[in-house]
Amino acid sequence: MTAVDVTGPSVALGGPRHRGVRRAKDVAATCFMVLSVLVVLVPLGLVVGYVISRGIGILDWAFLTDDIPITDRTIGPGMGPAVVGTVTITGAATLMAVPLGVLGGVYLNEYGGRSRPARVVRFLADVMTGVPSIVMGLFIFTIWVLAFGFSGFAGALALGCLMLPVVIRTAEEMLRLVPAELREASYALGSRKARTIFRVVLPAAAPGITSGALLAVARAAGETAPLLFTILLVSKPNFDLFHGPNTALSVQIFKNATSALPGPQQRAWGAAFTLIAIAFLFTLAARLVANRFAGRHAA
Amino acid sequence: MALDTAPAPVAPPPPLGGGSHPPGARADTVFRWLSLAGGGLVLVILALVVYSTTRQAWPALRKEGLDFVLSDDWDVVKGQFGALAFIFGTLVISVIALLLALPVSIGIALFITEVAPRRLQRPVVYVIDLLAVIPSVVFGLWGILVLAPAILGFYQNVADAVSGVPVLGNVLNGTPVVGRSFMTAGIILAIMITPIITSITREVFATVPRSQKEAALALGATRWEMIRGAVFPHSRSGMVAGAMIGFGRAMGETIAVALVIGSIPTTKLQLFGSGDSMAAVIANNFGDASGTFRSALIGLGVVLFGMTLVIGTVAQALVGRAERRLGAVAR
Repeated sequence: MTAVDVTGPSVALGGPRHRGVRRAKDVAATCFMVLSVLVVLVPLGLVVGYVISRGIGILDWAFLTDDIPITDRTIGPGMGPAVVGTVTITGAATLMAVPLGVLGGVYLNEYGGRSRPARVVRFLADVMTGVPSIVMGLFIFTIWVLAFGFSGFAGALALGCLMLPVVIRTAEEMLRLVPAELREASYALGSRKARTIFRVVLPAAAPGITSGALLAVARAAGETAPLLFTILLVSKPNFDLFHGPNTALSVQIFKNATSALPGPQQRAWGAAFTLIAIAFLFTLAARLVANRFAGRHAA
Repeated sequence: MALDTAPAPVAPPPPLGGGSHPPGARADTVFRWLSLAGGGLVLVILALVVYSTTRQAWPALRKEGLDFVLSDDWDVVKGQFGALAFIFGTLVISVIALLLALPVSIGIALFITEVAPRRLQRPVVYVIDLLAVIPSVVFGLWGILVLAPAILGFYQNVADAVSGVPVLGNVLNGTPVVGRSFMTAGIILAIMITPIITSITREVFATVPRSQKEAALALGATRWEMIRGAVFPHSRSGMVAGAMIGFGRAMGETIAVALVIGSIPTTKLQLFGSGDSMAAVIANNFGDASGTFRSALIGLGVVLFGMTLVIGTVAQALVGRAERRLGAVAR
């Protein structure tokens, strides 16, 4: 049985005693994997559970629309200005980042391919994804706020910078999934490249790109650090994105979390509930769109 | 399928009509440049980030020189800005986070790729990804109002149990032991970086050739022996890249840390005591800062950016190498 010896201990067939040890190790490893999954479910359940149980009490129409109380001693609603801020700022960021990001993705997949500039852009997009969000906030502060003052638009610029590389890479990947035959068919019919991209390639990839964009929006809506030094704080709603300070749900949670008083804490939990609900809804929408897409491709 | 996923870039045939301005030619050129501009925007923004933040940080960086990163003398009133304590804090909490998150993430990734029945794979992926959707500030809110008060008793028990033990007695302690500490920040960060490490390692594990896994099993290996013998060697660089990307994310994470770290800068390695990190001190102080102080905080942002840049670049290079090798195998 020398053959068994040369294969080494990891795959040796060994005697019954040896086999018991190996099986025990295997069972232990499997247990560790299952435990890993369970260990992560605990904080997820705890965080979501606390946010729901503490936040749902205060949540009603008044909470979502009333002005933020001026003194911290006030108990009760609302978060209206923060809801307005989160929606307008995230919306403006999306309007900037998604079209530009899709253009970038089109460049990478349709024009750049494996060329050197495309490889550089791809690499930089990955680098940009890793830029800490607070650095992006400092960047917009130094380049925009110092010159033009605090505004919702400054916050939108910061969020847009964070979303851009994500959208670029998602768009590129989704465009890569579009079969080459579609492009060739379009060329065969006499279409030029731009027309082919607009009429054939982009529509085919639209659901995938939409799904990726929705996920990016879900992440952006919860960002706090880039907004801290770009929009400041207000207690009345500011619908004007370009003039004057603004506020957002995430910033309000950060501000109220350090308060020892019950009123602000309760408003923080309510805002957290609203924010998580928004983020989960967008994620769910992204999944639904993506599944549709997958189903259509399989058909 | 292989054809679908890797289309060769096809050039459109030259138009048949021979006019000097064939219809659509201008639109074609314009769109080509537009799309290049979309891609080039990334380069422009990154360059502006470096230039603009460094310029604003310059007064503080010039005044302190190397002391900015080598001295721990941070005194706003006296105008001393040595940021060592913040760099130290950032590294401590990121290491804690990585030590906690890496084994768990690898365990989850292995569960999804090797153990879970097909029906269970997707739901597990969805649930883990939900963690990535929860905003940082919500983790911070939960951390400061729920976790920090609740875990204090546990810290105290551990500190009492190991007091007197040579190294552990010092490290697992605090003056005083508090809920808002390095350890709490590390735990919250670990929860936050688990999804990204899991998704990277999962993708790497999924690319291990089926033939190698089956060969190991055919030799009589148990599943664990197959994982050690076939999956891990094949995925080593991918796992390292995943760990580094997770580490980079942990270093840059701001809001949750700002709420639970306690905000007392120190260079003493006491995990159950308060500390401070680069991102946290920026978030907590930038609003009231002006002059050299503000410049120093922006300087901290520059240093943080530089550190994440180095780690991210190395990780991307590793991922690229792994992908090229896998590409060679697939072809």
